[in-house]
Amino acid sequence: MTTDIAIDRLGEVANRNPGLLHRGRYLDTSFLLEVGARSWIVRIHQGRVEAVVPGPFVMPRWDFALRASEHEWSMFWQELPPPGHHDLMAMIKRRALRLEGDVRPFMGNLFYFKALLASLRPSGRLDSVAPLVTVMDAVEAGR
Amino acid sequence: MTARFDPIVGRYLRLDIEGRAHRVYVEEAGQGIPLVCLHTAGADTRQYRGLMNDPRILANFRVIAFDLPWHGKSSPPAGWQHEEYRLDSASYVNNVLAVCDALGLEKPVVIGCSIGGRIVLKLAIEHPTRFGALIGLQAGAHVDPYYDLGWLNRPDVHGGEVCAAVVSGLVAPTSPDEHRWETLWHYMQGGPGVFKGDLYFYKIDGDIRSQIERIDTGACPLYLLSGEYDYSCTPEETLDVASRVAGAEVEIMPGLGHFPMSEDPDRFIGHLLPILERIRGARG
Repeated sequence: MTTDIAIDRLGEVANRNPGLLHRGRYLDTSFLLEVGARSWIVRIHQGRVEAVVPGPFVMPRWDFALRASEHEWSMFWQELPPPGHHDLMAMIKRRALRLEGDVRPFMGNLFYFKALLASLRPSGRLDSVAPLVTVMDAVEAGR
Repeated sequence: MTARFDPIVGRYLRLDIEGRAHRVYVEEAGQGIPLVCLHTAGADTRQYRGLMNDPRILANFRVIAFDLPWHGKSSPPAGWQHEEYRLDSASYVNNVLAVCDALGLEKPVVIGCSIGGRIVLKLAIEHPTRFGALIGLQAGAHVDPYYDLGWLNRPDVHGGEVCAAVVSGLVAPTSPDEHRWETLWHYMQGGPGVFKGDLYFYKIDGDIRSQIERIDTGACPLYLLSGEYDYSCTPEETLDVASRVAGAEVEIMPGLGHFPMSEDPDRFIGHLLPILERIRGARG
């Protein structure tokens, strides 16, 4: 199914985006991504997607969960979603996306997660994240 | 690119609002009918830069925008460090009336977006004869909270980042990147707790669902424009207001979101100009 392919690509598309990696540079978390009856655990270390582990799980551990139906995610992952399907907060407002657990990593890195999930759209375009490479990054990289 | 100035002049206005001394940043451009512009929650007058640079508007309208106290270049009042900022309906109305009075505006037209759209409805209910016309952008009578506002102001989450990220999806995906990120930058620059304090009005105190039918468009014309991608004030909520106010004119704008004047000024002004022409025609 298309969602399988897309979700398997999450690490690949995320880790090649320097703007996204910069935004997530202080982020260490694991979250559950639920697409209808199936789920994945996405492990992130310093903004890099380290693993995308498909369920089902026995005693899974995660900080927060994003749960929506397969229909909702397929609408969100269209290249140009219709109004109400185009943004995670829009889906939360419609009660189509459920955010659960310790949501601090999610809210504290909201640009990151909006862009991470949007990067599964066909072109991998990143509506919600600005490419950022700062002077300080260059300085840190040189150390 | 040749250096040039925008046709906008900004000044600081000293006035008392609700018995407290304020220093309010006001900018204006053009001449003619006063058109007072109210920005969204947690933002400032820069949202109206498109209108204030459009010669078609400036030829006949004196476009005036001010930063609400605590926003943009308007300072919070002295002693602010001892209080939590919280906007309510009465003080918002008083802010608008105080600035209009201080500037000596005669029957100004007021255009406001989001919280500004809501207060435009409130002005239509309470003070219709003071205004020449009212234009509500993304105006609804009520918004159900859909996230915990506490996230907008706490020490362990960057306020500028989270405020901008919360609203980023309210910009239509079709809006140009330049204006999308300009709009979000304004949110990133808001003072701590200011966006949250505005949302107290928007989501809690400012519910006017029971008052909407009191609007008399015979006393003051009301125009409503809403972008289709707005999930905060949805097109349905604007259409609901329009259906309950006899004589209100409404248009849903395709390809625009919650910040039409800022996220895609050219597209928005295309919808605004015919309304301004009608207002001008009616004024004679």
